[in-house]
Amino acid sequence: MSAAGATDAPEPNRRPDEIRAVPVRHPGRWVATALILLFGASLVRSIATNKQLEWHIIGQFLFDHRVLEGAVVTLELTAIAMAMGVVLGVVLAVMRLSPNPLVSGPSWLYIWFFRATPVLVQLLFWYNIAAIYPRISLGIPFVGVEFVHGSANTVITTFVAALLGLGLNEGAYMAEIVRAGIISVGEGQTDAAQSLGMSRLQIMRRIVLPQAMRVIIPPTGNETISMLKTSSLVSVIALSPPELLLATENIYAVNFRPIQLLIVASIWYAVMTSVLYVGQYYLERHYARGATRELALTPLQRVRMGLFSFRRREWS
Amino acid sequence: MSEPMVKAEGVHKRFGRLEVLKGITLQVMPGEVMVLLGPSGSGKSTFLRCINHLEKINSGRLSVDGELVGYRQVGDELHELRESDITRKRAEIGMVFQHFNLFPHMTALENVTCAPMRVKRIPRDRANTSARELLARVGLPEKLGAYPAQLSGGQQQRVAIARALAMEPKLMLFDEPTSALDPELVDEVLQAMQQLAREGMTMIVVTHEMGFAREVADTVVFMDAGVVVESGEPASVLSRPRHERTRSFLSKVL
Repeated sequence: MSAAGATDAPEPNRRPDEIRAVPVRHPGRWVATALILLFGASLVRSIATNKQLEWHIIGQFLFDHRVLEGAVVTLELTAIAMAMGVVLGVVLAVMRLSPNPLVSGPSWLYIWFFRATPVLVQLLFWYNIAAIYPRISLGIPFVGVEFVHGSANTVITTFVAALLGLGLNEGAYMAEIVRAGIISVGEGQTDAAQSLGMSRLQIMRRIVLPQAMRVIIPPTGNETISMLKTSSLVSVIALSPPELLLATENIYAVNFRPIQLLIVASIWYAVMTSVLYVGQYYLERHYARGATRELALTPLQRVRMGLFSFRRREWS
Repeated sequence: MSEPMVKAEGVHKRFGRLEVLKGITLQVMPGEVMVLLGPSGSGKSTFLRCINHLEKINSGRLSVDGELVGYRQVGDELHELRESDITRKRAEIGMVFQHFNLFPHMTALENVTCAPMRVKRIPRDRANTSARELLARVGLPEKLGAYPAQLSGGQQQRVAIARALAMEPKLMLFDEPTSALDPELVDEVLQAMQQLAREGMTMIVVTHEMGFAREVADTVVFMDAGVVVESGEPASVLSRPRHERTRSFLSKVL
Protein backbone atom coordinates (compact mmCIF):
# COMPACT_ATOMS: atom_id res chain seq x y z
CA MET A 1 0.00 0.00 0.00
CA SER A 2 2.40 2.67 1.18
CA ALA A 3 5.38 3.88 -0.77
CA ALA A 4 7.73 2.86 2.05
CA GLY A 5 6.33 -0.66 2.02
CA ALA A 6 7.01 -0.93 -1.68
CA THR A 7 10.70 -0.08 -1.36
CA ASP A 8 11.31 -2.16 1.75
CA ALA A 9 9.42 -5.12 0.32
CA PRO A 10 8.71 -6.60 3.78
CA GLU A 11 7.56 -10.16 4.25
CA PRO A 12 3.92 -10.52 3.23
CA ASN A 13 1.07 -10.36 5.80
CA ARG A 14 3.12 -8.28 8.21
CA ARG A 15 1.31 -5.06 9.00
CA PRO A 16 3.25 -2.00 10.17
CA ASP A 17 2.90 -1.31 13.91
CA GLU A 18 -0.07 0.81 14.98
CA ILE A 19 0.88 4.23 16.34
CA ARG A 20 0.42 4.44 20.11
CA ALA A 21 0.62 7.99 21.37
CA VAL A 22 -0.52 9.78 24.52
CA PRO A 23 -3.81 11.50 23.58
CA VAL A 24 -4.30 15.24 24.16
CA ARG A 25 -6.30 15.89 27.34
CA HIS A 26 -9.44 18.06 27.15
CA PRO A 27 -10.12 19.38 30.67
CA GLY A 28 -12.52 22.02 29.23
CA ARG A 29 -14.83 19.30 27.98
CA TRP A 30 -15.11 17.76 31.44
CA VAL A 31 -15.99 21.12 32.99
CA ALA A 32 -18.59 21.85 30.31
CA THR A 33 -20.14 18.40 30.69
CA ALA A 34 -20.38 18.82 34.44
CA LEU A 35 -22.05 22.22 34.12
CA ILE A 36 -24.59 20.96 31.61
CA LEU A 37 -25.42 17.91 33.73
CA LEU A 38 -25.87 20.11 36.79
CA PHE A 39 -28.17 22.49 34.93
CA GLY A 40 -30.14 19.60 33.42
CA ALA A 41 -30.57 17.88 36.76
CA SER A 42 -31.86 21.01 38.46
CA LEU A 43 -34.32 21.59 35.60
CA VAL A 44 -35.65 18.03 35.84
CA ARG A 45 -35.90 18.33 39.62
CA SER A 46 -37.82 21.63 39.45
CA ILE A 47 -40.31 20.13 37.00
CA ALA A 48 -40.68 16.81 38.77
CA THR A 49 -41.15 18.22 42.26
CA ASN A 50 -43.32 21.21 41.34
CA LYS A 51 -46.69 20.62 43.03
CA GLN A 52 -48.33 23.38 40.95
CA LEU A 53 -47.81 21.36 37.76
CA GLU A 54 -50.34 18.75 38.88
CA TRP A 55 -49.06 15.93 36.70
CA HIS A 56 -52.11 13.81 37.45
CA ILE A 57 -54.29 16.35 35.61
CA ILE A 58 -52.05 16.09 32.56
CA GLY A 59 -52.39 12.31 32.74
CA GLN A 60 -56.11 12.58 33.20
CA PHE A 61 -56.65 14.64 30.04
CA LEU A 62 -53.91 13.19 27.83
CA PHE A 63 -56.28 10.55 26.44
CA ASP A 64 -59.52 12.51 26.93
CA HIS A 65 -61.78 11.86 23.93
CA ARG A 66 -62.15 15.60 23.24
CA VAL A 67 -58.36 15.96 23.03
CA LEU A 68 -58.01 12.88 20.82
CA GLU A 69 -60.76 14.09 18.52
CA GLY A 70 -59.04 17.47 18.37
CA ALA A 71 -55.79 15.76 17.35
CA VAL A 72 -57.63 13.96 14.56
CA VAL A 73 -59.05 17.26 13.28
CA THR A 74 -55.55 18.75 13.39
CA LEU A 75 -54.26 15.83 11.33
CA GLU A 76 -57.12 16.21 8.84
CA LEU A 77 -56.49 19.93 8.48
CA THR A 78 -52.76 19.35 8.01
CA ALA A 79 -53.19 16.55 5.48
CA ILE A 80 -55.80 18.29 3.33
CA ALA A 81 -54.17 21.72 3.48
CA MET A 82 -50.78 20.23 2.57
CA ALA A 83 -52.33 18.24 -0.28
CA MET A 84 -53.88 21.48 -1.56
CA GLY A 85 -50.56 23.21 -1.11
CA VAL A 86 -48.56 20.58 -2.97
CA VAL A 87 -50.95 20.39 -5.93
CA LEU A 88 -51.23 24.17 -6.15
CA GLY A 89 -47.49 24.49 -5.66
CA VAL A 90 -46.65 22.18 -8.57
CA VAL A 91 -49.12 23.95 -10.86
CA LEU A 92 -47.91 27.42 -9.82
CA ALA A 93 -44.24 26.45 -10.14
CA VAL A 94 -44.70 25.02 -13.64
CA MET A 95 -46.69 28.15 -14.58
CA ARG A 96 -44.05 30.39 -13.08
CA LEU A 97 -41.37 28.75 -15.25
CA SER A 98 -43.42 29.12 -18.43
CA PRO A 99 -41.86 31.33 -21.12
CA ASN A 100 -45.33 32.82 -21.70
CA PRO A 101 -45.73 35.94 -19.48
CA LEU A 102 -49.52 35.52 -19.49
CA VAL A 103 -48.98 32.24 -17.68
CA SER A 104 -46.02 33.11 -15.48
CA GLY A 105 -47.41 36.55 -14.51
CA PRO A 106 -50.54 35.35 -12.67
CA SER A 107 -48.45 32.75 -10.87
CA TRP A 108 -46.04 35.44 -9.72
CA LEU A 109 -48.94 37.59 -8.57
CA TYR A 110 -50.52 34.72 -6.62
CA ILE A 111 -47.27 33.88 -4.87
CA TRP A 112 -46.65 37.53 -4.09
CA PHE A 113 -50.15 38.08 -2.68
CA PHE A 114 -50.21 35.07 -0.36
CA ARG A 115 -46.71 35.61 0.89
CA ALA A 116 -47.37 39.31 1.41
CA THR A 117 -50.26 38.82 3.86
CA PRO A 118 -50.24 36.98 7.21
CA VAL A 119 -51.95 33.61 7.22
CA LEU A 120 -53.89 34.60 10.35
CA VAL A 121 -55.39 37.53 8.45
CA GLN A 122 -56.24 35.20 5.55
CA LEU A 123 -58.00 32.80 7.92
CA LEU A 124 -60.07 35.61 9.40
CA PHE A 125 -60.82 36.84 5.88
CA TRP A 126 -62.18 33.49 4.71
CA TYR A 127 -64.15 33.14 7.95
CA ASN A 128 -65.84 36.48 7.23
CA ILE A 129 -66.17 36.04 3.47
CA ALA A 130 -69.98 36.09 3.71
CA ALA A 131 -69.79 39.78 4.60
CA ILE A 132 -68.71 40.69 1.05
CA TYR A 133 -69.98 37.69 -0.93
CA PRO A 134 -73.20 36.57 0.77
CA ARG A 135 -74.04 34.28 -2.16
CA ILE A 136 -71.63 31.92 -3.90
CA SER A 137 -72.29 30.08 -7.16
CA LEU A 138 -70.48 27.90 -9.66
CA GLY A 139 -71.26 28.53 -13.31
CA ILE A 140 -70.17 30.32 -16.47
CA PRO A 141 -69.43 33.97 -15.71
CA PHE A 142 -71.21 36.84 -17.51
CA VAL A 143 -73.79 34.66 -19.28
CA GLY A 144 -75.81 33.86 -16.16
CA VAL A 145 -75.49 30.07 -16.27
CA GLU A 146 -75.26 28.58 -12.76
CA PHE A 147 -74.71 24.95 -11.93
CA VAL A 148 -74.78 25.19 -8.14
CA HIS A 149 -75.22 28.07 -5.77
CA GLY A 150 -75.74 28.66 -2.09
CA SER A 151 -75.32 31.09 0.73
CA ALA A 152 -71.71 31.73 1.67
CA ASN A 153 -72.40 30.84 5.28
CA THR A 154 -73.45 27.31 4.34
CA VAL A 155 -70.79 26.73 1.66
CA ILE A 156 -67.87 28.19 3.61
CA THR A 157 -68.17 26.37 6.93
CA THR A 158 -65.47 27.05 9.50
CA PHE A 159 -63.69 23.89 8.33
CA VAL A 160 -63.76 25.03 4.69
CA ALA A 161 -62.60 28.50 5.71
CA ALA A 162 -59.72 26.93 7.64
CA LEU A 163 -58.72 24.80 4.65
CA LEU A 164 -58.91 27.74 2.25
CA GLY A 165 -56.81 29.88 4.57
CA LEU A 166 -54.16 27.25 5.22
CA GLY A 167 -54.14 25.53 1.81
CA LEU A 168 -54.11 28.56 -0.48
CA ASN A 169 -51.38 30.16 1.60
CA GLU A 170 -49.35 26.95 1.57
CA GLY A 171 -49.65 26.78 -2.22
CA ALA A 172 -47.59 29.96 -2.52
CA TYR A 173 -44.78 28.61 -0.34
CA MET A 174 -44.85 25.17 -1.97
CA ALA A 175 -44.64 26.84 -5.40
CA GLU A 176 -41.28 28.33 -4.49
CA ILE A 177 -40.06 25.00 -3.10
CA VAL A 178 -41.14 23.09 -6.20
CA ARG A 179 -39.61 25.76 -8.43
CA ALA A 180 -36.30 25.42 -6.61
CA GLY A 181 -36.48 21.67 -7.18
CA ILE A 182 -37.25 22.01 -10.88
CA ILE A 183 -34.42 24.44 -11.60
CA SER A 184 -32.02 22.20 -9.65
CA VAL A 185 -32.35 19.53 -12.38
CA GLY A 186 -29.67 20.09 -15.01
CA GLU A 187 -30.57 21.30 -18.49
CA GLY A 188 -28.83 18.26 -19.93
CA GLN A 189 -31.70 16.13 -18.65
CA THR A 190 -34.23 18.16 -20.63
CA ASP A 191 -31.92 18.12 -23.68
CA ALA A 192 -31.62 14.35 -23.55
CA ALA A 193 -35.35 13.82 -23.04
CA GLN A 194 -36.20 16.25 -25.86
CA SER A 195 -33.76 14.54 -28.20
CA LEU A 196 -35.65 11.30 -27.54
CA GLY A 197 -38.85 12.95 -28.71
CA MET A 198 -40.55 13.30 -25.33
CA SER A 199 -43.15 16.05 -24.98
CA ARG A 200 -42.85 18.86 -22.47
CA LEU A 201 -45.43 17.29 -20.17
CA GLN A 202 -43.73 13.88 -20.30
CA ILE A 203 -40.35 15.44 -19.56
CA MET A 204 -41.76 17.28 -16.56
CA ARG A 205 -43.56 14.23 -15.22
CA ARG A 206 -41.09 11.43 -15.97
CA ILE A 207 -37.70 13.13 -15.93
CA VAL A 208 -37.63 16.48 -14.13
CA LEU A 209 -40.10 16.14 -11.24
CA PRO A 210 -38.84 12.74 -10.00
CA GLN A 211 -35.34 14.20 -9.80
CA ALA A 212 -36.59 17.47 -8.33
CA MET A 213 -38.19 15.46 -5.49
CA ARG A 214 -34.83 15.06 -3.81
CA VAL A 215 -34.62 18.81 -3.43
CA ILE A 216 -38.34 19.29 -2.80
CA ILE A 217 -38.91 16.75 -0.01
CA PRO A 218 -36.80 18.10 2.87
CA PRO A 219 -38.35 21.61 2.82
CA THR A 220 -41.79 20.04 2.22
CA GLY A 221 -41.32 17.94 5.35
CA ASN A 222 -40.46 21.16 7.08
CA GLU A 223 -43.62 22.79 5.72
CA THR A 224 -45.76 19.84 6.85
CA ILE A 225 -44.39 20.03 10.37
CA SER A 226 -44.89 23.77 10.32
CA MET A 227 -48.44 23.29 9.01
CA LEU A 228 -49.27 20.87 11.82
CA LYS A 229 -48.60 23.64 14.28
CA THR A 230 -49.82 26.56 12.17
CA SER A 231 -53.17 24.79 12.04
CA SER A 232 -53.54 25.80 15.70
CA LEU A 233 -54.13 29.37 14.45
CA VAL A 234 -57.47 28.07 13.26
CA SER A 235 -58.62 28.15 16.92
CA VAL A 236 -59.35 31.86 16.39
CA ILE A 237 -62.23 31.12 13.99
CA ALA A 238 -64.14 28.86 16.38
CA LEU A 239 -63.68 25.79 14.23
CA SER A 240 -66.22 23.07 14.79
CA PRO A 241 -65.41 20.35 15.51
CA PRO A 242 -62.44 21.94 17.30
CA GLU A 243 -58.84 21.08 16.46
CA LEU A 244 -56.29 20.13 19.10
CA LEU A 245 -55.54 23.56 20.56
CA LEU A 246 -59.15 24.72 20.61
CA ALA A 247 -60.22 21.40 22.15
CA THR A 248 -57.82 21.91 25.05
CA GLU A 249 -58.81 25.58 25.33
CA ASN A 250 -62.44 24.53 25.63
CA ILE A 251 -61.50 22.21 28.48
CA TYR A 252 -59.44 24.69 30.46
CA ALA A 253 -62.14 27.33 29.99
CA VAL A 254 -64.13 25.12 32.33
CA ASN A 255 -61.54 23.63 34.69
CA PHE A 256 -59.12 26.58 34.85
CA ARG A 257 -56.00 24.43 34.29
CA PRO A 258 -54.51 26.16 31.22
CA ILE A 259 -50.87 25.10 31.79
CA GLN A 260 -51.75 21.43 32.20
CA LEU A 261 -53.92 21.36 29.11
CA LEU A 262 -51.41 23.30 27.04
CA ILE A 263 -48.86 20.68 28.04
CA VAL A 264 -51.32 18.00 26.91
CA ALA A 265 -51.64 19.78 23.54
CA SER A 266 -47.85 20.15 23.28
CA ILE A 267 -47.32 16.45 23.95
CA TRP A 268 -49.67 15.54 21.10
CA TYR A 269 -48.12 18.07 18.72
CA ALA A 270 -44.70 16.62 19.54
CA VAL A 271 -45.91 13.04 19.02
CA MET A 272 -47.45 13.85 15.64
CA THR A 273 -44.35 15.78 14.54
CA SER A 274 -42.15 12.83 15.45
CA VAL A 275 -44.29 10.51 13.34
CA LEU A 276 -43.82 12.91 10.41
CA TYR A 277 -40.06 12.71 10.91
CA VAL A 278 -40.19 8.98 10.25
CA GLY A 279 -42.36 9.46 7.16
CA GLN A 280 -39.97 12.04 5.76
CA TYR A 281 -37.00 9.74 6.33
CA TYR A 282 -38.49 6.94 4.25
CA LEU A 283 -39.74 9.31 1.55
CA GLU A 284 -36.25 10.80 1.16
CA ARG A 285 -34.80 7.33 0.99
CA HIS A 286 -37.20 6.38 -1.77
CA TYR A 287 -36.23 9.34 -3.94
CA ALA A 288 -32.50 8.84 -3.28
CA ARG A 289 -32.58 5.98 -5.82
CA GLY A 290 -29.77 6.47 -8.27
CA ALA A 291 -28.38 9.52 -6.50
CA THR A 292 -26.11 7.49 -4.26
CA ARG A 293 -24.29 4.32 -5.19
CA GLU A 294 -25.48 2.49 -2.11
CA LEU A 295 -28.68 3.31 -0.25
CA ALA A 296 -28.09 3.91 3.45
CA LEU A 297 -29.59 1.26 5.68
CA THR A 298 -32.85 1.97 7.46
CA PRO A 299 -32.62 1.96 11.27
CA LEU A 300 -34.48 -1.38 11.26
CA GLN A 301 -32.02 -2.92 8.81
CA ARG A 302 -29.13 -1.56 10.86
CA VAL A 303 -30.47 -3.29 13.97
CA ARG A 304 -30.77 -6.55 12.04
CA MET A 305 -27.28 -6.11 10.59
CA GLY A 306 -25.95 -5.51 14.09
CA LEU A 307 -26.82 -9.07 15.05
CA PHE A 308 -24.50 -10.41 12.38
CA SER A 309 -21.88 -7.70 12.56
CA PHE A 310 -19.25 -9.77 14.37
CA ARG A 311 -19.12 -12.34 11.64
CA ARG A 312 -19.13 -9.68 8.93
CA ARG A 313 -16.25 -7.72 10.37
CA GLU A 314 -13.93 -10.66 10.04
CA TRP A 315 -13.83 -10.60 6.28
CA SER A 316 -14.41 -6.90 5.62
CA MET B 1 -28.01 9.80 -56.46
CA SER B 2 -30.31 9.64 -53.42
CA GLU B 3 -31.55 12.56 -51.33
CA PRO B 4 -29.16 13.84 -48.65
CA MET B 5 -30.04 12.91 -45.03
CA VAL B 6 -28.99 16.33 -43.76
CA LYS B 7 -28.80 19.42 -45.92
CA ALA B 8 -27.72 22.80 -44.58
CA GLU B 9 -27.72 25.93 -46.72
CA GLY B 10 -26.43 29.17 -45.24
CA VAL B 11 -27.44 28.28 -41.67
CA HIS B 12 -27.04 31.18 -39.23
CA LYS B 13 -27.53 31.04 -35.49
CA ARG B 14 -27.28 33.91 -33.02
CA PHE B 15 -27.41 33.90 -29.24
CA GLY B 16 -28.42 37.48 -28.51
CA ARG B 17 -25.77 39.52 -30.31
CA LEU B 18 -23.28 36.69 -30.50
CA GLU B 19 -23.28 35.08 -33.93
CA VAL B 20 -22.28 31.45 -33.48
CA LEU B 21 -23.01 30.04 -36.93
CA LYS B 22 -22.28 32.33 -39.86
CA GLY B 23 -23.61 30.48 -42.85
CA ILE B 24 -23.03 26.75 -42.71
CA THR B 25 -23.56 24.87 -45.94
CA LEU B 26 -23.03 21.13 -46.05
CA GLN B 27 -24.64 17.81 -46.91
CA VAL B 28 -24.64 14.41 -45.29
CA MET B 29 -25.72 11.46 -47.42
CA PRO B 30 -27.53 8.41 -45.98
CA GLY B 31 -25.03 5.98 -44.49
CA GLU B 32 -22.32 8.64 -44.38
CA VAL B 33 -20.21 9.28 -41.28
CA MET B 34 -19.20 12.92 -40.97
CA VAL B 35 -16.74 14.12 -38.35
CA LEU B 36 -16.87 17.79 -37.34
CA LEU B 37 -13.56 19.16 -36.12
CA GLY B 38 -12.70 22.56 -34.80
CA PRO B 39 -11.62 24.55 -31.76
CA SER B 40 -14.10 25.11 -28.91
CA GLY B 41 -16.50 27.89 -29.67
CA SER B 42 -16.37 27.20 -33.39
CA GLY B 43 -20.07 26.27 -33.41
CA LYS B 44 -19.85 22.51 -33.92
CA SER B 45 -22.09 21.60 -30.99
CA THR B 46 -24.53 24.39 -31.78
CA PHE B 47 -24.84 23.09 -35.34
CA LEU B 48 -25.60 19.59 -34.03
CA ARG B 49 -28.24 20.98 -31.69
CA CYS B 50 -29.84 22.87 -34.59
CA ILE B 51 -30.25 19.64 -36.53
CA ASN B 52 -32.71 18.19 -34.01
CA HIS B 53 -34.16 21.59 -33.21
CA LEU B 54 -32.82 21.89 -29.69
CA GLU B 55 -31.79 25.31 -31.03
CA LYS B 56 -33.75 27.38 -33.52
CA ILE B 57 -31.84 28.70 -36.52
CA ASN B 58 -32.11 32.39 -37.39
CA SER B 59 -31.68 32.17 -41.14
CA GLY B 60 -30.87 29.77 -43.92
CA ARG B 61 -32.41 26.38 -44.62
CA LEU B 62 -31.81 23.19 -42.71
CA SER B 63 -33.52 19.95 -43.62
CA VAL B 64 -33.38 16.35 -42.47
CA ASP B 65 -34.45 13.58 -44.84
CA GLY B 66 -35.98 16.12 -47.19
CA GLU B 67 -38.08 17.90 -44.54
CA LEU B 68 -37.29 21.32 -43.08
CA VAL B 69 -36.29 21.36 -39.41
CA GLY B 70 -38.83 23.24 -37.30
CA TYR B 71 -40.86 24.64 -40.21
CA ARG B 72 -43.25 23.67 -42.95
CA GLN B 73 -43.11 25.39 -46.30
CA VAL B 74 -46.44 26.50 -47.72
CA GLY B 75 -45.84 28.29 -51.02
CA ASP B 76 -43.35 31.03 -50.24
CA GLU B 77 -44.20 31.12 -46.55
CA LEU B 78 -42.62 29.24 -43.68
CA HIS B 79 -44.98 28.06 -40.96
CA GLU B 80 -43.65 27.15 -37.55
CA LEU B 81 -44.29 23.54 -36.63
CA ARG B 82 -46.40 22.65 -33.65
CA GLU B 83 -44.73 21.20 -30.54
CA SER B 84 -46.12 17.74 -31.33
CA ASP B 85 -44.66 17.76 -34.87
CA ILE B 86 -41.29 18.88 -33.56
CA THR B 87 -41.15 16.11 -30.96
CA ARG B 88 -42.20 13.54 -33.58
CA LYS B 89 -39.29 14.57 -35.79
CA ARG B 90 -36.84 14.66 -32.91
CA ALA B 91 -37.76 11.07 -32.11
CA GLU B 92 -36.25 10.06 -35.46
CA ILE B 93 -32.86 11.59 -34.64
CA GLY B 94 -30.69 10.11 -31.91
CA MET B 95 -28.30 12.25 -29.91
CA VAL B 96 -25.41 11.39 -27.61
CA PHE B 97 -24.06 14.07 -25.31
CA GLN B 98 -20.65 14.91 -23.89
CA HIS B 99 -21.88 14.46 -20.32
CA PHE B 100 -24.04 11.41 -21.15
CA ASN B 101 -27.16 12.98 -19.57
CA LEU B 102 -28.49 9.61 -18.50
CA PHE B 103 -31.56 9.81 -16.30
CA PRO B 104 -30.01 9.20 -12.85
CA HIS B 105 -33.24 8.01 -11.21
CA MET B 106 -33.66 5.15 -13.69
CA THR B 107 -31.70 1.94 -14.13
CA ALA B 108 -29.79 1.32 -17.36
CA LEU B 109 -32.69 -0.76 -18.65
CA GLU B 110 -35.26 1.90 -17.72
CA ASN B 111 -33.14 4.57 -19.41
CA VAL B 112 -33.30 2.60 -22.63
CA THR B 113 -36.98 1.63 -22.45
CA CYS B 114 -38.29 5.01 -21.26
CA ALA B 115 -38.65 6.76 -24.63
CA PRO B 116 -39.90 3.75 -26.66
CA MET B 117 -42.60 3.16 -24.04
CA ARG B 118 -43.64 6.79 -23.54
CA VAL B 119 -43.14 8.17 -27.04
CA LYS B 120 -43.77 5.19 -29.30
CA ARG B 121 -46.20 3.48 -26.89
CA ILE B 122 -44.39 0.17 -27.26
CA PRO B 123 -45.57 -2.33 -24.59
CA ARG B 124 -43.19 -2.91 -21.71
CA ASP B 125 -42.19 -6.50 -22.46
CA ARG B 126 -41.31 -5.71 -26.07
CA ALA B 127 -39.41 -2.59 -25.03
CA ASN B 128 -37.53 -4.64 -22.44
CA THR B 129 -36.58 -7.31 -24.97
CA SER B 130 -35.16 -4.86 -27.48
CA ALA B 131 -33.45 -2.85 -24.72
CA ARG B 132 -31.69 -6.04 -23.58
CA GLU B 133 -30.50 -6.67 -27.10
CA LEU B 134 -29.25 -3.08 -27.44
CA LEU B 135 -27.39 -3.17 -24.14
CA ALA B 136 -25.80 -6.44 -25.18
CA ARG B 137 -24.81 -4.86 -28.47
CA VAL B 138 -22.92 -2.07 -26.68
CA GLY B 139 -21.29 -4.67 -24.46
CA LEU B 140 -23.30 -4.19 -21.26
CA PRO B 141 -25.55 -7.25 -21.03
CA GLU B 142 -24.99 -7.60 -17.27
CA LYS B 143 -25.67 -3.97 -16.27
CA LEU B 144 -29.43 -3.86 -16.82
CA GLY B 145 -30.33 -3.08 -13.23
CA ALA B 146 -27.48 -0.68 -12.52
CA TYR B 147 -28.14 3.00 -11.88
CA PRO B 148 -25.95 5.46 -13.81
CA ALA B 149 -24.07 6.42 -10.64
CA GLN B 150 -22.95 2.78 -10.35
CA LEU B 151 -21.44 2.75 -13.86
CA SER B 152 -18.13 4.07 -15.16
CA GLY B 153 -18.14 6.96 -17.61
CA GLY B 154 -17.53 4.66 -20.56
CA GLN B 155 -20.36 2.37 -19.50
CA GLN B 156 -22.68 5.33 -19.01
CA GLN B 157 -21.92 6.63 -22.47
CA ARG B 158 -22.59 3.21 -23.99
CA VAL B 159 -25.95 3.09 -22.18
CA ALA B 160 -26.62 6.55 -23.64
CA ILE B 161 -25.87 5.22 -27.13
CA ALA B 162 -28.23 2.27 -26.53
CA ARG B 163 -30.88 4.69 -25.28
CA ALA B 164 -30.64 6.75 -28.46
CA LEU B 165 -30.68 3.63 -30.66
CA ALA B 166 -33.80 2.33 -28.93
CA MET B 167 -35.83 4.91 -30.86
CA GLU B 168 -34.54 3.40 -34.12
CA PRO B 169 -33.23 6.73 -35.41
CA LYS B 170 -32.32 7.34 -39.03
CA LEU B 171 -29.58 9.74 -38.00
CA MET B 172 -27.27 9.82 -34.98
CA LEU B 173 -25.63 12.95 -33.61
CA PHE B 174 -22.62 12.61 -31.30
CA ASP B 175 -21.60 15.71 -29.37
CA GLU B 176 -18.05 15.10 -28.12
CA PRO B 177 -19.02 11.67 -26.80
CA THR B 178 -15.58 10.85 -25.38
CA SER B 179 -14.42 14.25 -24.12
CA ALA B 180 -15.59 13.68 -20.55
CA LEU B 181 -14.06 10.19 -20.31
CA ASP B 182 -10.86 8.93 -18.74
CA PRO B 183 -8.37 8.09 -21.51
CA GLU B 184 -8.66 4.37 -20.75
CA LEU B 185 -12.43 4.40 -21.29
CA VAL B 186 -12.43 6.21 -24.62
CA ASP B 187 -11.86 3.12 -26.74
CA GLU B 188 -14.89 1.17 -25.58
CA VAL B 189 -17.14 4.04 -26.65
CA LEU B 190 -15.36 4.56 -29.96
CA GLN B 191 -15.67 0.86 -30.70
CA ALA B 192 -19.41 0.96 -30.15
CA MET B 193 -19.60 3.94 -32.51
CA GLN B 194 -17.42 2.25 -35.09
CA GLN B 195 -19.64 -0.81 -35.06
CA LEU B 196 -22.66 1.43 -35.56
CA ALA B 197 -20.95 3.07 -38.54
CA ARG B 198 -20.24 -0.34 -40.06
CA GLU B 199 -23.92 -1.20 -39.77
CA GLY B 200 -24.66 1.71 -42.07
CA MET B 201 -25.96 4.35 -39.61
CA THR B 202 -25.80 7.95 -40.81
CA MET B 203 -23.72 9.77 -38.21
CA ILE B 204 -22.48 13.27 -37.50
CA VAL B 205 -19.76 13.20 -34.87
CA VAL B 206 -18.19 16.16 -33.11
CA THR B 207 -14.93 14.84 -31.67
CA HIS B 208 -11.27 15.49 -31.07
CA GLU B 209 -10.39 11.82 -31.63
CA MET B 210 -8.24 12.02 -34.75
CA GLY B 211 -7.83 8.26 -34.95
CA PHE B 212 -11.59 7.83 -35.15
CA ALA B 213 -11.84 10.58 -37.77
CA ARG B 214 -9.14 8.96 -39.89
CA GLU B 215 -10.46 5.41 -39.69
CA VAL B 216 -14.23 5.74 -39.54
CA ALA B 217 -15.22 9.05 -41.14
CA ASP B 218 -16.23 9.32 -44.76
CA THR B 219 -16.00 13.09 -44.59
CA VAL B 220 -14.14 15.42 -42.25
CA VAL B 221 -15.34 19.00 -41.86
CA PHE B 222 -13.16 21.57 -40.18
CA MET B 223 -15.08 24.49 -38.65
CA ASP B 224 -13.77 27.68 -37.13
CA ALA B 225 -15.57 30.80 -35.87
CA GLY B 226 -18.94 29.68 -37.21
CA VAL B 227 -17.94 28.81 -40.76
CA VAL B 228 -16.78 25.67 -42.56
CA VAL B 229 -13.10 26.23 -43.32
CA GLU B 230 -12.60 23.07 -45.35
CA SER B 231 -14.03 19.62 -45.81
CA GLY B 232 -13.21 16.45 -47.66
CA GLU B 233 -11.99 12.90 -47.19
CA PRO B 234 -10.15 12.34 -43.94
CA ALA B 235 -6.89 11.57 -45.70
CA SER B 236 -6.83 14.87 -47.53
CA VAL B 237 -8.10 17.14 -44.74
CA LEU B 238 -6.07 15.55 -41.96
CA SER B 239 -2.86 14.88 -43.91
CA ARG B 240 -2.82 17.66 -46.49
CA PRO B 241 -4.90 20.54 -45.10
CA ARG B 242 -5.12 23.41 -47.55
CA HIS B 243 -5.81 26.16 -45.03
CA GLU B 244 -3.40 27.64 -42.55
CA ARG B 245 -6.11 27.63 -39.82
CA THR B 246 -6.67 23.90 -40.27
CA ARG B 247 -2.94 23.23 -40.21
CA SER B 248 -2.38 25.13 -36.95
CA PHE B 249 -5.36 23.38 -35.30
CA LEU B 250 -4.25 19.92 -36.40
CA SER B 251 -0.67 20.55 -35.27
CA LYS B 252 -2.05 21.06 -31.75
CA VAL B 253 -4.37 18.08 -31.51
CA LEU B 254 -2.38 15.43 -33.38
